Amino acid sequence: LQLSFLSSAVGGIFGVLLLIFLTPLLAEWALAFGPSHLFWLAILGVTVIGTLDSRSVVKGLLSGCIGLWLATIGFDDIMGAQRFIFHDALGGGINIIAALIGLFAIPQVISMFAQGRHRDGAEVLQVRKHSIIAAMRELLRFPRALVIGMSTGSIIGLIPGVGGQIAGLVAYDQTKKFSPDRAAFGKGHPEGVISAEAANNAMVGPSLVPLLTLSIPGSPTAAVLLGGLLIHGIFPGSDLFDNHPDVAWTFINSMLVGQVLMCLFGLYIAGVAARVAQVPQSLMAALVLGLAVFGSYSVQSSMGDVYVMAALGIMMYFLERFGFSAAPLVLGLILGPIAESNFIQGSMIANATDGMMAYFLTGPLNLFLIAVVIASITYSVWMELRSRRYVSKEEVMV
Amino acid sequence: MSDMSLPRLQHIVASASVMIVGIWVTYLSYTQQPSEAFLFPRLISTVFVILAIWTFAKACLGWTKVGSGVSGIVFLRMLPGLFVMLVYVFWAAKNLGFYTATALAFFLLYSLYDPAPHNSARSWIKRILVTACFIAVMYGLFALLLKVFTPREVFF
Repeated sequence: LQLSFLSSAVGGIFGVLLLIFLTPLLAEWALAFGPSHLFWLAILGVTVIGTLDSRSVVKGLLSGCIGLWLATIGFDDIMGAQRFIFHDALGGGINIIAALIGLFAIPQVISMFAQGRHRDGAEVLQVRKHSIIAAMRELLRFPRALVIGMSTGSIIGLIPGVGGQIAGLVAYDQTKKFSPDRAAFGKGHPEGVISAEAANNAMVGPSLVPLLTLSIPGSPTAAVLLGGLLIHGIFPGSDLFDNHPDVAWTFINSMLVGQVLMCLFGLYIAGVAARVAQVPQSLMAALVLGLAVFGSYSVQSSMGDVYVMAALGIMMYFLERFGFSAAPLVLGLILGPIAESNFIQGSMIANATDGMMAYFLTGPLNLFLIAVVIASITYSVWMELRSRRYVSKEEVMV
Repeated sequence: MSDMSLPRLQHIVASASVMIVGIWVTYLSYTQQPSEAFLFPRLISTVFVILAIWTFAKACLGWTKVGSGVSGIVFLRMLPGLFVMLVYVFWAAKNLGFYTATALAFFLLYSLYDPAPHNSARSWIKRILVTACFIAVMYGLFALLLKVFTPREVFF
Protein backbone atom coordinates (compact mmCIF):
# COMPACT_ATOMS: atom_id res chain seq x y z
CA LEU A 1 0.00 0.00 0.00
CA GLN A 2 2.82 2.41 0.92
CA LEU A 3 4.61 1.62 -2.33
CA SER A 4 1.41 2.35 -4.22
CA PHE A 5 0.93 5.77 -2.58
CA LEU A 6 4.59 6.75 -3.03
CA SER A 7 4.66 5.79 -6.73
CA SER A 8 1.35 7.62 -7.23
CA ALA A 9 2.82 10.76 -5.67
CA VAL A 10 6.01 10.62 -7.79
CA GLY A 11 3.98 9.99 -10.97
CA GLY A 12 1.47 12.70 -10.08
CA ILE A 13 4.17 15.32 -9.41
CA PHE A 14 5.83 14.47 -12.71
CA GLY A 15 2.46 14.87 -14.50
CA VAL A 16 1.80 18.26 -12.90
CA LEU A 17 5.31 19.46 -13.83
CA LEU A 18 4.56 18.48 -17.43
CA LEU A 19 1.31 20.42 -17.17
CA ILE A 20 3.25 23.48 -15.97
CA PHE A 21 5.67 23.34 -18.91
CA LEU A 22 3.32 22.23 -21.68
CA THR A 23 0.29 24.43 -20.98
CA PRO A 24 1.80 27.87 -21.73
CA LEU A 25 3.38 26.48 -24.94
CA LEU A 26 0.10 25.03 -26.17
CA ALA A 27 -1.78 28.16 -25.07
CA GLU A 28 0.33 30.24 -27.49
CA TRP A 29 -0.46 27.76 -30.28
CA ALA A 30 -4.17 27.95 -29.39
CA LEU A 31 -4.16 31.69 -30.23
CA ALA A 32 -4.37 30.66 -33.89
CA PHE A 33 -7.81 29.12 -33.28
CA GLY A 34 -10.84 30.90 -34.73
CA PRO A 35 -14.58 30.33 -34.04
CA SER A 36 -14.87 27.43 -36.52
CA HIS A 37 -11.92 25.62 -34.90
CA LEU A 38 -13.28 26.18 -31.40
CA PHE A 39 -16.67 24.89 -32.56
CA TRP A 40 -15.08 21.71 -33.92
CA LEU A 41 -13.02 21.35 -30.76
CA ALA A 42 -16.18 21.48 -28.64
CA ILE A 43 -17.80 18.86 -30.88
CA LEU A 44 -14.61 16.80 -30.62
CA GLY A 45 -14.81 16.95 -26.81
CA VAL A 46 -18.36 15.59 -26.85
CA THR A 47 -17.68 12.87 -29.43
CA VAL A 48 -14.47 11.66 -27.78
CA ILE A 49 -16.11 11.24 -24.38
CA GLY A 50 -19.34 10.02 -26.00
CA THR A 51 -17.61 7.30 -27.93
CA LEU A 52 -14.78 6.25 -25.62
CA ASP A 53 -16.60 6.49 -22.30
CA SER A 54 -19.71 4.57 -23.33
CA ARG A 55 -20.47 0.93 -23.94
CA SER A 56 -22.44 1.85 -27.06
CA VAL A 57 -21.12 4.44 -29.52
CA VAL A 58 -24.58 5.48 -30.75
CA LYS A 59 -25.94 5.82 -27.21
CA GLY A 60 -22.82 7.75 -26.15
CA LEU A 61 -23.26 10.20 -29.01
CA LEU A 62 -26.99 10.41 -28.32
CA SER A 63 -26.21 11.26 -24.68
CA GLY A 64 -23.88 14.01 -25.92
CA CYS A 65 -26.67 15.35 -28.17
CA ILE A 66 -29.12 15.35 -25.25
CA GLY A 67 -26.56 17.35 -23.23
CA LEU A 68 -26.03 19.82 -26.09
CA TRP A 69 -29.80 20.26 -26.41
CA LEU A 70 -30.23 20.77 -22.65
CA ALA A 71 -27.58 23.51 -22.88
CA THR A 72 -29.77 25.44 -25.34
CA ILE A 73 -32.73 25.62 -22.92
CA GLY A 74 -33.41 29.15 -21.69
CA PHE A 75 -33.02 32.54 -23.30
CA ASP A 76 -30.93 32.87 -26.44
CA ASP A 77 -27.90 35.13 -25.82
CA ILE A 78 -28.10 37.09 -29.08
CA MET A 79 -31.82 37.44 -29.91
CA GLY A 80 -33.12 37.07 -26.34
CA ALA A 81 -35.67 34.54 -27.61
CA GLN A 82 -37.15 31.85 -25.35
CA ARG A 83 -36.09 28.33 -26.25
CA PHE A 84 -37.69 25.12 -24.93
CA ILE A 85 -38.94 26.81 -21.74
CA PHE A 86 -41.91 24.61 -20.85
CA HIS A 87 -41.70 25.27 -17.09
CA ASP A 88 -40.83 28.36 -15.05
CA ALA A 89 -37.91 26.46 -13.50
CA LEU A 90 -36.17 26.46 -16.89
CA GLY A 91 -36.41 30.22 -17.45
CA GLY A 92 -32.77 30.87 -16.61
CA GLY A 93 -31.54 27.75 -18.38
CA ILE A 94 -30.14 24.70 -16.64
CA ASN A 95 -27.77 25.51 -13.81
CA ILE A 96 -24.61 23.45 -14.23
CA ILE A 97 -24.10 22.70 -10.52
CA ALA A 98 -27.69 21.52 -10.05
CA ALA A 99 -27.37 19.44 -13.22
CA LEU A 100 -24.09 17.88 -12.07
CA ILE A 101 -25.57 16.99 -8.68
CA GLY A 102 -28.63 15.52 -10.35
CA LEU A 103 -26.80 13.58 -13.03
CA PHE A 104 -24.15 12.07 -10.77
CA ALA A 105 -25.68 11.82 -7.27
CA ILE A 106 -29.36 11.03 -7.82
CA PRO A 107 -28.84 7.89 -9.98
CA GLN A 108 -26.65 6.54 -7.17
CA VAL A 109 -29.38 7.29 -4.61
CA ILE A 110 -31.98 5.48 -6.73
CA SER A 111 -29.55 2.56 -7.24
CA MET A 112 -29.32 2.28 -3.45
CA PHE A 113 -33.12 2.26 -3.25
CA ALA A 114 -33.15 -0.47 -5.90
CA GLN A 115 -31.05 -2.72 -3.66
CA GLY A 116 -33.85 -2.76 -1.09
CA ARG A 117 -33.18 -3.59 2.57
CA HIS A 118 -29.64 -4.64 1.83
CA ARG A 119 -27.57 -5.69 4.85
CA ASP A 120 -24.09 -6.23 3.49
CA GLY A 121 -21.79 -3.22 3.63
CA ALA A 122 -18.50 -3.01 1.76
CA GLU A 123 -15.76 -5.13 3.22
CA VAL A 124 -12.81 -3.12 4.49
CA LEU A 125 -9.57 -5.04 4.22
CA GLN A 126 -7.12 -4.79 7.06
CA VAL A 127 -3.76 -3.94 5.51
CA ARG A 128 -0.65 -4.78 7.45
CA LYS A 129 1.56 -1.80 8.20
CA HIS A 130 4.91 -1.58 6.43
CA SER A 131 7.77 0.82 6.93
CA ILE A 132 7.60 3.89 4.65
CA ILE A 133 11.41 3.95 4.46
CA ALA A 134 11.39 0.36 3.19
CA ALA A 135 8.76 1.31 0.58
CA MET A 136 10.94 4.24 -0.55
CA ARG A 137 13.96 1.93 -0.88
CA GLU A 138 11.87 -0.48 -2.93
CA LEU A 139 10.71 2.37 -5.16
CA LEU A 140 14.34 3.36 -5.82
CA ARG A 141 15.25 -0.26 -6.57
CA PHE A 142 13.00 -0.22 -9.65
CA PRO A 143 13.69 3.07 -11.50
CA ARG A 144 12.83 1.47 -14.87
CA ALA A 145 9.25 0.70 -13.76
CA LEU A 146 8.87 4.23 -12.43
CA VAL A 147 10.14 5.84 -15.66
CA ILE A 148 7.93 3.61 -17.85
CA GLY A 149 4.92 4.38 -15.65
CA MET A 150 5.50 8.14 -15.65
CA SER A 151 6.22 8.44 -19.39
CA THR A 152 3.37 6.15 -20.49
CA GLY A 153 0.91 7.88 -18.17
CA SER A 154 1.94 11.35 -19.39
CA ILE A 155 1.58 10.47 -23.08
CA ILE A 156 -1.77 8.74 -22.56
CA GLY A 157 -2.99 11.63 -20.40
CA LEU A 158 -2.64 14.02 -23.34
CA ILE A 159 -5.15 11.99 -25.37
CA PRO A 160 -8.67 13.21 -24.53
CA GLY A 161 -11.05 10.56 -23.27
CA VAL A 162 -8.48 7.96 -22.25
CA GLY A 163 -8.65 7.42 -18.50
CA GLY A 164 -6.28 6.40 -15.73
CA GLN A 165 -7.27 2.75 -15.95
CA ILE A 166 -5.98 2.52 -19.53
CA ALA A 167 -2.79 4.38 -18.58
CA GLY A 168 -2.22 1.94 -15.72
CA LEU A 169 -2.86 -1.11 -17.89
CA VAL A 170 -0.59 0.05 -20.72
CA ALA A 171 2.21 0.95 -18.29
CA TYR A 172 1.85 -2.39 -16.50
CA ASP A 173 2.00 -4.24 -19.82
CA GLN A 174 5.08 -2.31 -20.99
CA THR A 175 6.89 -2.83 -17.68
CA LYS A 176 6.14 -6.53 -17.83
CA LYS A 177 7.66 -6.72 -21.33
CA PHE A 178 10.91 -5.12 -20.15
CA SER A 179 11.13 -6.96 -16.83
CA PRO A 180 13.47 -9.95 -16.39
CA ASP A 181 11.06 -11.27 -13.76
CA ARG A 182 7.90 -11.51 -15.91
CA ALA A 183 6.59 -14.66 -14.25
CA ALA A 184 6.16 -12.81 -10.93
CA PHE A 185 3.77 -10.27 -12.48
CA GLY A 186 0.15 -10.65 -11.41
CA LYS A 187 1.17 -11.69 -7.89
CA GLY A 188 1.88 -8.24 -6.44
CA HIS A 189 5.33 -7.75 -7.99
CA PRO A 190 6.64 -4.28 -6.95
CA GLU A 191 7.50 -3.32 -10.56
CA GLY A 192 3.88 -3.86 -11.65
CA VAL A 193 2.54 -1.86 -8.70
CA ILE A 194 5.00 1.01 -9.24
CA SER A 195 4.42 1.37 -13.00
CA ALA A 196 0.60 1.12 -12.86
CA GLU A 197 0.28 3.52 -9.92
CA ALA A 198 2.80 6.03 -11.35
CA ALA A 199 1.01 5.95 -14.72
CA ASN A 200 -2.53 6.48 -13.50
CA ASN A 201 -1.44 9.55 -11.55
CA ALA A 202 1.04 10.87 -14.13
CA MET A 203 -1.84 11.12 -16.63
CA VAL A 204 -3.83 13.53 -14.44
CA GLY A 205 -1.68 16.64 -15.10
CA PRO A 206 -1.34 16.19 -18.90
CA SER A 207 -5.08 15.35 -19.16
CA LEU A 208 -5.78 18.94 -18.09
CA VAL A 209 -3.62 20.46 -20.86
CA PRO A 210 -6.46 20.35 -23.47
CA LEU A 211 -8.83 21.78 -20.84
CA LEU A 212 -6.67 24.75 -19.91
CA THR A 213 -5.48 25.59 -23.43
CA LEU A 214 -8.39 24.68 -25.69
CA SER A 215 -11.23 24.41 -23.14
CA ILE A 216 -11.73 20.78 -24.14
CA PRO A 217 -12.06 18.53 -21.10
CA GLY A 218 -10.39 15.18 -21.70
CA SER A 219 -12.30 13.35 -18.99
CA PRO A 220 -15.52 13.61 -16.97
CA THR A 221 -13.46 14.95 -14.05
CA ALA A 222 -12.00 17.66 -16.29
CA ALA A 223 -15.56 18.46 -17.45
CA VAL A 224 -16.58 19.08 -13.83
CA LEU A 225 -13.49 21.32 -13.40
CA LEU A 226 -14.49 23.21 -16.55
CA GLY A 227 -17.98 23.66 -15.11
CA GLY A 228 -16.43 25.13 -11.94
CA LEU A 229 -14.30 27.59 -13.92
CA LEU A 230 -17.24 28.68 -16.11
CA ILE A 231 -19.41 29.29 -13.02
CA HIS A 232 -16.79 31.81 -11.88
CA GLY A 233 -16.84 33.48 -15.30
CA ILE A 234 -13.47 32.06 -16.30
CA PHE A 235 -13.30 30.71 -19.82
CA PRO A 236 -10.24 28.45 -20.20
CA GLY A 237 -8.39 28.83 -23.45
CA SER A 238 -5.58 30.61 -25.14
CA ASP A 239 -5.95 33.79 -23.07
CA LEU A 240 -6.38 32.13 -19.68
CA PHE A 241 -2.76 32.79 -18.70
CA ASP A 242 -3.00 36.44 -19.79
CA ASN A 243 -6.41 37.32 -18.37
CA HIS A 244 -6.51 35.15 -15.26
CA PRO A 245 -2.93 34.16 -14.40
CA ASP A 246 -3.79 34.09 -10.68
CA VAL A 247 -6.51 31.49 -11.23
CA ALA A 248 -4.50 29.45 -13.73
CA TRP A 249 -1.38 29.21 -11.56
CA THR A 250 -3.30 28.70 -8.31
CA PHE A 251 -5.14 25.88 -10.05
CA ILE A 252 -1.92 24.23 -11.25
CA ASN A 253 0.03 24.79 -8.03
CA SER A 254 -2.81 23.43 -5.93
CA MET A 255 -2.55 20.23 -7.95
CA LEU A 256 1.11 20.01 -7.01
CA VAL A 257 0.26 20.49 -3.32
CA GLY A 258 -2.61 18.04 -3.80
CA GLN A 259 -0.23 15.28 -4.89
CA VAL A 260 1.81 15.64 -1.68
CA LEU A 261 -1.33 15.81 0.49
CA MET A 262 -2.80 12.80 -1.30
CA CYS A 263 0.32 10.81 -0.49
CA LEU A 264 0.27 11.83 3.17
CA PHE A 265 -3.47 11.26 3.40
CA GLY A 266 -3.07 7.85 1.80
CA LEU A 267 -0.21 6.83 4.04
CA TYR A 268 -1.74 7.92 7.33
CA ILE A 269 -5.54 8.26 7.01
CA ALA A 270 -6.71 5.93 4.18
CA GLY A 271 -7.26 3.01 6.57
CA VAL A 272 -9.65 5.04 8.72
CA ALA A 273 -11.30 6.83 5.76
CA ALA A 274 -12.10 3.49 4.12
CA ARG A 275 -14.59 2.86 6.92
CA VAL A 276 -16.95 5.35 5.23
CA ALA A 277 -17.69 2.50 2.83
CA GLN A 278 -19.21 0.61 5.77
CA VAL A 279 -21.96 3.20 6.30
CA PRO A 280 -25.28 1.39 5.66
CA GLN A 281 -26.75 2.09 2.22
CA SER A 282 -30.11 3.12 3.69
CA LEU A 283 -28.39 5.87 5.64
CA MET A 284 -26.14 6.85 2.73
CA ALA A 285 -29.08 7.20 0.31
CA ALA A 286 -31.01 9.46 2.71
CA LEU A 287 -27.85 11.51 3.46
CA VAL A 288 -26.95 12.02 -0.20
CA LEU A 289 -30.51 12.98 -1.14
CA GLY A 290 -30.70 15.56 1.66
CA LEU A 291 -27.32 17.04 0.73
CA ALA A 292 -28.27 17.07 -2.99
CA VAL A 293 -31.44 19.04 -2.28
CA PHE A 294 -29.68 21.57 -0.03
CA GLY A 295 -26.66 21.81 -2.36
CA SER A 296 -28.67 22.50 -5.50
CA TYR A 297 -30.96 24.97 -3.70
CA SER A 298 -28.11 26.95 -2.15
CA VAL A 299 -26.49 27.79 -5.55
CA GLN A 300 -29.10 30.42 -6.48
CA SER A 301 -31.68 30.02 -3.67
CA SER A 302 -34.05 28.67 -6.29
CA MET A 303 -36.53 25.81 -6.00
CA GLY A 304 -36.33 25.59 -9.79
CA ASP A 305 -32.76 24.25 -9.49
CA VAL A 306 -33.97 21.58 -7.04
CA TYR A 307 -36.69 20.49 -9.49
CA VAL A 308 -34.20 20.40 -12.37
CA MET A 309 -31.71 18.44 -10.25
CA ALA A 310 -34.31 15.80 -9.31
CA ALA A 311 -35.81 15.55 -12.81
CA LEU A 312 -32.42 15.15 -14.47
CA GLY A 313 -31.33 12.63 -11.83
CA ILE A 314 -34.39 10.42 -12.27
CA MET A 315 -34.09 10.66 -16.07
CA MET A 316 -30.39 9.74 -15.88
CA TYR A 317 -31.04 6.71 -13.68
CA PHE A 318 -33.40 5.22 -16.26
CA LEU A 319 -31.15 6.24 -19.18
CA GLU A 320 -28.19 4.51 -17.50
CA ARG A 321 -30.25 1.34 -17.10
CA PHE A 322 -30.65 1.34 -20.88
CA GLY A 323 -26.98 1.85 -21.72
CA PHE A 324 -26.77 5.64 -21.86
CA SER A 325 -23.92 7.37 -20.07
CA ALA A 326 -23.85 10.45 -17.81
CA ALA A 327 -20.36 11.67 -18.81
CA PRO A 328 -21.12 12.64 -22.45
CA LEU A 329 -24.40 14.22 -21.36
CA VAL A 330 -22.58 16.37 -18.80
CA LEU A 331 -19.93 17.25 -21.36
CA GLY A 332 -22.60 18.25 -23.88
CA LEU A 333 -24.24 20.43 -21.25
CA ILE A 334 -20.94 22.13 -20.39
CA LEU A 335 -19.57 22.44 -23.92
CA GLY A 336 -22.93 23.39 -25.45
CA PRO A 337 -22.65 27.15 -24.80
CA ILE A 338 -19.02 27.15 -26.08
CA ALA A 339 -20.02 25.27 -29.24
CA GLU A 340 -23.06 27.49 -29.81
CA SER A 341 -21.34 30.85 -29.29
CA ASN A 342 -18.54 29.85 -31.67
CA PHE A 343 -21.03 28.44 -34.17
CA ILE A 344 -22.99 31.72 -34.17
CA GLN A 345 -19.81 33.83 -34.43
CA GLY A 346 -18.55 31.56 -37.21
CA SER A 347 -21.85 31.72 -39.11
CA MET A 348 -21.75 35.55 -38.95
CA ILE A 349 -18.21 35.57 -40.36
CA ALA A 350 -19.22 32.93 -42.94
CA ASN A 351 -22.21 34.95 -44.11
CA ALA A 352 -19.94 37.96 -44.64
CA THR A 353 -17.29 35.93 -46.47
CA ASP A 354 -17.38 32.63 -48.38
CA GLY A 355 -20.45 30.95 -46.85
CA MET A 356 -20.98 28.32 -44.14
CA MET A 357 -19.59 25.32 -46.01
CA ALA A 358 -16.34 27.05 -46.93
CA TYR A 359 -15.86 28.54 -43.47
CA PHE A 360 -16.61 25.44 -41.38
CA LEU A 361 -15.50 22.64 -43.70
CA THR A 362 -12.30 23.89 -45.31
CA GLY A 363 -8.87 24.92 -44.06
CA PRO A 364 -6.20 22.57 -42.70
CA LEU A 365 -7.11 22.95 -39.02
CA ASN A 366 -10.85 22.47 -39.63
CA LEU A 367 -10.16 19.40 -41.75
CA PHE A 368 -7.76 18.01 -39.16
CA LEU A 369 -10.32 18.43 -36.37
CA ILE A 370 -13.11 16.90 -38.49
CA ALA A 371 -10.79 13.99 -39.28
CA VAL A 372 -10.11 13.47 -35.55
CA VAL A 373 -13.86 13.53 -34.82
CA ILE A 374 -14.48 10.91 -37.52
CA ALA A 375 -11.45 8.85 -36.43
CA SER A 376 -12.60 8.77 -32.79
CA ILE A 377 -16.08 7.59 -33.84
CA THR A 378 -14.69 5.02 -36.30
CA TYR A 379 -12.21 3.68 -33.77
CA SER A 380 -14.94 3.31 -31.13
CA VAL A 381 -17.30 1.55 -33.57
CA TRP A 382 -14.46 -0.83 -34.51
CA MET A 383 -13.69 -1.51 -30.82
CA GLU A 384 -17.38 -2.12 -30.10
CA LEU A 385 -17.73 -4.56 -33.00
CA ARG A 386 -14.51 -6.29 -32.00
CA SER A 387 -15.59 -6.73 -28.38
CA ARG A 388 -18.99 -8.10 -29.55
CA ARG A 389 -17.27 -10.59 -31.82
CA TYR A 390 -15.07 -11.64 -28.89
CA VAL A 391 -18.12 -12.08 -26.63
CA SER A 392 -19.93 -14.07 -29.36
CA LYS A 393 -16.92 -16.38 -29.75
CA GLU A 394 -16.83 -16.93 -25.98
CA GLU A 395 -20.57 -17.71 -25.99
CA VAL A 396 -20.02 -20.27 -28.77
CA MET A 397 -17.17 -21.88 -26.78
CA VAL A 398 -19.35 -22.09 -23.66
CA MET B 1 -29.07 -10.56 -15.39
CA SER B 2 -27.58 -10.84 -18.83
CA ASP B 3 -28.28 -8.14 -21.40
CA MET B 4 -29.84 -10.65 -23.77
CA SER B 5 -32.45 -11.90 -21.27
CA LEU B 6 -34.06 -8.48 -20.93
CA PRO B 7 -37.41 -8.25 -22.67
CA ARG B 8 -36.97 -6.37 -25.92
CA LEU B 9 -40.10 -4.36 -25.12
CA GLN B 10 -38.31 -2.39 -22.36
CA HIS B 11 -35.61 -1.28 -24.77
CA ILE B 12 -38.21 -0.40 -27.37
CA VAL B 13 -40.16 1.73 -24.87
CA ALA B 14 -36.99 3.47 -23.63
CA SER B 15 -35.64 4.23 -27.11
CA ALA B 16 -39.13 5.27 -28.30
CA SER B 17 -39.30 7.78 -25.43
CA VAL B 18 -35.91 9.24 -26.42
CA MET B 19 -37.02 9.31 -30.06
CA ILE B 20 -40.26 11.16 -29.20
CA VAL B 21 -38.24 13.78 -27.32
CA GLY B 22 -35.88 14.02 -30.30
CA ILE B 23 -38.75 14.51 -32.77
CA TRP B 24 -40.38 17.08 -30.51
CA VAL B 25 -37.11 19.03 -30.12
CA THR B 26 -36.51 18.91 -33.88
CA TYR B 27 -40.08 20.05 -34.60
CA LEU B 28 -39.75 23.00 -32.22
CA SER B 29 -36.30 23.91 -33.56
CA TYR B 30 -37.58 24.13 -37.12
CA THR B 31 -40.89 25.85 -36.38
CA GLN B 32 -40.16 28.37 -33.62
CA GLN B 33 -39.24 31.98 -34.35
CA PRO B 34 -36.93 33.89 -34.62
CA SER B 35 -35.15 31.32 -36.75
CA GLU B 36 -31.69 32.82 -35.97
CA ALA B 37 -32.14 31.87 -32.31
CA PHE B 38 -32.77 28.25 -33.32
CA LEU B 39 -29.84 27.85 -35.72
CA PHE B 40 -27.72 25.80 -33.31
CA PRO B 41 -30.67 23.81 -31.87
CA ARG B 42 -31.57 22.85 -35.48
CA LEU B 43 -28.10 21.46 -36.05
CA ILE B 44 -28.10 19.55 -32.77
CA SER B 45 -31.68 18.30 -33.02
CA THR B 46 -31.10 16.93 -36.52
CA VAL B 47 -28.23 14.76 -35.27
CA PHE B 48 -30.24 13.97 -32.12
CA VAL B 49 -33.26 12.69 -34.05
CA ILE B 50 -31.16 10.65 -36.51
CA LEU B 51 -29.34 8.89 -33.66
CA ALA B 52 -32.61 8.43 -31.74
CA ILE B 53 -34.31 6.81 -34.76
CA TRP B 54 -31.24 4.60 -35.24
CA THR B 55 -31.40 3.52 -31.57
CA PHE B 56 -35.14 2.87 -31.83
CA ALA B 57 -34.67 0.79 -34.99
CA LYS B 58 -31.93 -1.24 -33.29
CA ALA B 59 -34.20 -1.84 -30.29
CA CYS B 60 -37.07 -2.96 -32.56
CA LEU B 61 -34.76 -5.36 -34.40
CA GLY B 62 -33.41 -6.72 -31.11
CA TRP B 63 -29.86 -5.52 -31.79
CA THR B 64 -29.53 -3.60 -28.53
CA LYS B 65 -26.69 -5.13 -26.55
CA VAL B 66 -26.08 -2.72 -23.69
CA GLY B 67 -28.20 -1.82 -20.69
CA SER B 68 -29.77 -4.28 -18.31
CA GLY B 69 -33.11 -2.46 -18.05
CA VAL B 70 -35.27 -2.39 -14.93
CA SER B 71 -36.59 -5.70 -13.67
CA GLY B 72 -39.91 -5.91 -11.84
CA ILE B 73 -38.26 -6.65 -8.50
CA VAL B 74 -35.83 -3.74 -8.85
CA PHE B 75 -38.69 -1.42 -9.74
CA LEU B 76 -40.76 -2.56 -6.74
CA ARG B 77 -37.78 -2.07 -4.44
CA MET B 78 -37.08 1.46 -5.62
CA LEU B 79 -40.73 2.53 -5.83
CA PRO B 80 -41.24 3.56 -2.15
CA GLY B 81 -37.95 5.47 -2.12
CA LEU B 82 -38.74 7.16 -5.41
CA PHE B 83 -42.19 8.12 -4.13
CA VAL B 84 -40.76 9.66 -0.92
CA MET B 85 -38.13 11.46 -2.99
CA LEU B 86 -40.69 12.91 -5.43
CA VAL B 87 -43.02 14.08 -2.63
CA TYR B 88 -40.05 15.55 -0.73
CA VAL B 89 -38.55 17.44 -3.68
CA PHE B 90 -41.66 18.54 -5.55
CA TRP B 91 -44.04 19.26 -2.68
CA ALA B 92 -42.79 18.97 0.90
CA ALA B 93 -39.56 21.00 0.65
CA LYS B 94 -41.47 24.12 -0.37
CA ASN B 95 -44.72 23.60 1.54
CA LEU B 96 -43.42 22.20 4.84
CA GLY B 97 -40.10 24.01 4.86
CA PHE B 98 -36.71 22.54 4.01
CA TYR B 99 -35.68 21.32 7.44
CA THR B 100 -39.04 19.76 8.37
CA ALA B 101 -39.35 18.09 4.97
CA THR B 102 -35.74 16.88 5.06
CA ALA B 103 -36.21 15.43 8.55
CA LEU B 104 -39.33 13.57 7.46
CA ALA B 105 -37.83 12.34 4.18
CA PHE B 106 -34.60 11.28 5.87
CA PHE B 107 -36.43 9.39 8.60
CA LEU B 108 -38.81 7.70 6.13
CA LEU B 109 -36.07 6.64 3.71
CA TYR B 110 -33.76 5.45 6.47
CA SER B 111 -36.59 3.45 8.06
CA LEU B 112 -37.81 2.02 4.75
CA TYR B 113 -34.44 0.69 3.65
CA ASP B 114 -32.78 -0.01 7.03
CA PRO B 115 -32.15 -3.76 7.29
CA ALA B 116 -32.54 -3.60 11.10
CA PRO B 117 -35.84 -5.17 12.32
CA HIS B 118 -38.91 -2.94 12.21
CA ASN B 119 -40.39 -4.47 15.35
CA SER B 120 -37.52 -3.51 17.60
CA ALA B 121 -37.86 -0.37 19.73
CA ARG B 122 -34.08 -0.06 19.82
CA SER B 123 -33.77 0.32 16.06
CA TRP B 124 -36.52 2.96 16.01
CA ILE B 125 -34.73 4.94 18.72
CA LYS B 126 -31.52 4.68 16.69
CA ARG B 127 -33.28 5.94 13.55
CA ILE B 128 -34.78 8.92 15.43
CA LEU B 129 -31.40 9.81 16.95
CA VAL B 130 -29.56 9.56 13.61
CA THR B 131 -32.23 11.75 11.95
CA ALA B 132 -31.97 14.33 14.72
CA CYS B 133 -28.17 14.42 14.42
CA PHE B 134 -28.34 14.79 10.62
CA ILE B 135 -30.82 17.67 10.78
CA ALA B 136 -28.77 19.37 13.52
CA VAL B 137 -25.66 19.17 11.31
CA MET B 138 -27.58 20.43 8.25
CA TYR B 139 -29.11 23.30 10.23
CA GLY B 140 -25.76 24.23 11.72
CA LEU B 141 -24.03 24.10 8.33
CA PHE B 142 -26.59 25.75 6.06
CA ALA B 143 -28.60 28.04 8.37
CA LEU B 144 -26.00 29.12 10.94
CA LEU B 145 -22.64 28.84 9.14
CA LEU B 146 -23.41 29.44 5.44
CA LYS B 147 -26.56 31.51 6.16
CA VAL B 148 -28.48 30.00 3.24
CA PHE B 149 -32.07 31.17 3.29
CA THR B 150 -34.41 28.22 2.73
CA PRO B 151 -38.23 28.05 2.67
CA ARG B 152 -39.43 27.79 6.30
CA GLU B 153 -43.09 26.92 6.77
CA VAL B 154 -43.48 24.51 9.69
CA PHE B 155 -41.40 24.59 12.91
CA PHE B 156 -38.09 25.83 11.46
